[in-house]
Amino acid sequence: MQQSVYQSKRISRTLMCVLTGISLVGFISCSGGGGTNSSDSTAAPKDSSTVAFDPHPSDSATMLSDSLKLPAGFTATTVVENFAGARHIAVAPNGAVFVKLARLKDGKGIYRLMDSNGDGKPDKITGFGDYTGTGIAIRDGYLYASSDTCVYRYKLDSGFNVVDPKHPEKIVTGLLSRGEHEPKAITLDYSGNLYVNIGAYSNACQLQDRQKGSPGQKPCPILDSAGGIWQFKADQPNQTYGDDRRYATGLRNVVGLDWNTATNSLFVMQHGRDQLHDLFPEIWDTKQSAELPAECMYELHKGSNCGYPYIFYDQFQHKKILAPEYGGDGKKTAGEDAQDPVMAFPGHLAPNGLLFYTGSQFPAKYKNGAFIAFHGSWNRAPEPQQGFFVVFVPFSNGKPTGKWEVFANNFSGGDDRTASGAAEHRPCGLAQAPDGSIYVTDDTKRGFIWKISYK
Amino acid sequence: MKKSAVFLLFIGAVAFTGMALKPPAGVEMAGVGVAGVGVARVRIAVPVQSALQASMARGKQVYLQVCLACHMATAVGVEGMNPPLIKTKLVLGDKAALVKIVLNGMKGNVDIDGDTYHGVMAPHSDLTDQQIADVLTYVRNSFGNKASAVTPAQVKAVRATNK
Repeated sequence: MQQSVYQSKRISRTLMCVLTGISLVGFISCSGGGGTNSSDSTAAPKDSSTVAFDPHPSDSATMLSDSLKLPAGFTATTVVENFAGARHIAVAPNGAVFVKLARLKDGKGIYRLMDSNGDGKPDKITGFGDYTGTGIAIRDGYLYASSDTCVYRYKLDSGFNVVDPKHPEKIVTGLLSRGEHEPKAITLDYSGNLYVNIGAYSNACQLQDRQKGSPGQKPCPILDSAGGIWQFKADQPNQTYGDDRRYATGLRNVVGLDWNTATNSLFVMQHGRDQLHDLFPEIWDTKQSAELPAECMYELHKGSNCGYPYIFYDQFQHKKILAPEYGGDGKKTAGEDAQDPVMAFPGHLAPNGLLFYTGSQFPAKYKNGAFIAFHGSWNRAPEPQQGFFVVFVPFSNGKPTGKWEVFANNFSGGDDRTASGAAEHRPCGLAQAPDGSIYVTDDTKRGFIWKISYK
Repeated sequence: MKKSAVFLLFIGAVAFTGMALKPPAGVEMAGVGVAGVGVARVRIAVPVQSALQASMARGKQVYLQVCLACHMATAVGVEGMNPPLIKTKLVLGDKAALVKIVLNGMKGNVDIDGDTYHGVMAPHSDLTDQQIADVLTYVRNSFGNKASAVTPAQVKAVRATNK
C-alpha cells in the first residue's frame, strides 16, 4: 500500500499518488504533530541568577545538578524554566527571544520572551501559535516557525513584535510526518531561500523498519520525499514538494543546521543510524555499536548527496562503509558518489543544535567557529550513554580544524545520570544574542533556557 | 493464595511471587522429588515457584537481547523517545494489549501516562509465544512492578486474533 506508492522514482509521480487520496498521516494538513498541552503554567521567571548556573529546581526531589560546567571566564544564567519541550530558538536584533516548543504550554507552541528592563530575566512573555514543532528563525522582518508538516511565517514590526499572531502565512505545506524523525528543522540563507530538513521516516530504509533480518530497499523509496534538505522560497506561500526543490539528499535526519556566513553555505549535523549491534550482532559488538556510526557534519551545496541509507561513516576507519542492510560486513566500502563529512563525532550523541558564532563578546578563537548542542545518546546501551553537552569546533578558512572541545557540560546532572541516560536536561537549540552571548534550550519536561556570557 | 505464599516461605524459596499464579498444565510431577513435604502442596507450590523463576530467568535473557537497547537496563526508557516500563498503565494493565505491542510494535506520538514518546519500536512477532510470555512476565515483575504472569497460551490466543 504505502510501500508501493513510494516505488516511484519521481517525486511528481509520488505526489500524484499521494494526492489521489492515500491517507498519509499529517499530509496536506498543517497539524502540529500531536503535541500535548503542558500542565505547567508557571510562566513567571524566578529571580535572576548571575553567578554560574542556578537550576531553580521545579521538582527538588529529582533535581541533582548544581551547575553547568563552562570554560574559565564564562557564566551561565537561567533565563526561564518550565518551557517543556523547548526546541529551537531565535533572537531578534533588539534582544527579543522566540522559542519553539514541542509541547504546547497553555495552548501555545511559540513564546516571545522580552527582557525590557535589562535584569537578565524576561518580563514580557507572550505565547502564540497553536501547534508544536521544532524550527524557528528570523530573517528580513519575518519570524519563521515550523510544525512537523508545515512552515509558517509571521510579519514582525519594528519592535520585533508579531503583527498578527493568529494569521501566519503558510510558506510550505504538506511535508511528510510519519512518526519517525518528524521535526522540520529550518534555516535561511541571505538570498531569499528557506531550507527545511525532512527526516527519513526510517532507521536504515529496511523493508520493515528496525526489524532484524529485513533487507534494505534499493532504491530507497524514502528518498523521494524525505531523507534530505529541501529548499523553498522564503516569501512564497503554499509551496510543497511539487516544485522539485530538493537541495541535498542522502541525509537520515538533520536537526542542527545553520547557514555559515563565512563560507556562504549550509552546514548540517546528521543523526547517524541506530542499532548496528541489535540488527547485526555477528558484525558489531555492543562496544563498537555504541561508537558507530559517526555523527557527521556536512557542508552542503545544491545537489549534495551524503549517502544514506546505503552507507554510513566509520570514524575509526575514516571510510564510508556499506550499510549491512545492503550487504555490508563492516569493512566493505561504498558510496563513491557520496560526499565525505567535513567532520565526524562519536556515535549517537544526537546533534540537535548548530550555531556559527559571529559575535565579538567571546574570545577571538570562537569567531566563525561552530557550537553544537548534543542532545545526548540513548542508543549506546548497555554501554554508558554520552553527550548532553554543547561542544565548540574551531574553524579555519571555512573548514573545521578537526578538533572539538566540550564547551558547556553537566546538563545531565552528573556522571551517573549521563551514563544511565536519565539526564535532567537535554541541550537542544542554540542562538546568538545581539550582545554576543549565546542561548541554549533544554527540551525535557523541565524546559530550561540558559544564556551563556563571557566575563 | 495465602496458603501458597506461606508455603513458599516454608520451603525456603526465593520470596518473589506473582499475583494469582496458577500452576502451568503438565508440571504436576515436577516437584515430587522434594523430600519431607506434603505431596499435595508440592504439586501446587514448588512448580509454581520454579515456573515463575524459570520464566523470569528466561525473560531476563530476552529483555537483555531485545528490549534493553531502547528501554535501558533499568527500564527507565528515554524521555521523549522510548517509554519507561516502570509502573505504567500499559505494563501493569491489560495483558492482551501488552502482547499486541510486542507483536506489532509501536510508533508515532504515543501518549503514556501523560508523557509523549516519539521512538519507534519494531514488531517482535518473530519471538515465540514462550519468549513473549517470559519477557512480559519478567517486565511485569521487575523494576518495582508487580503483576500477574503472562502465559504462552495467552500470547498464543492474542497472536491468533492479531490483525
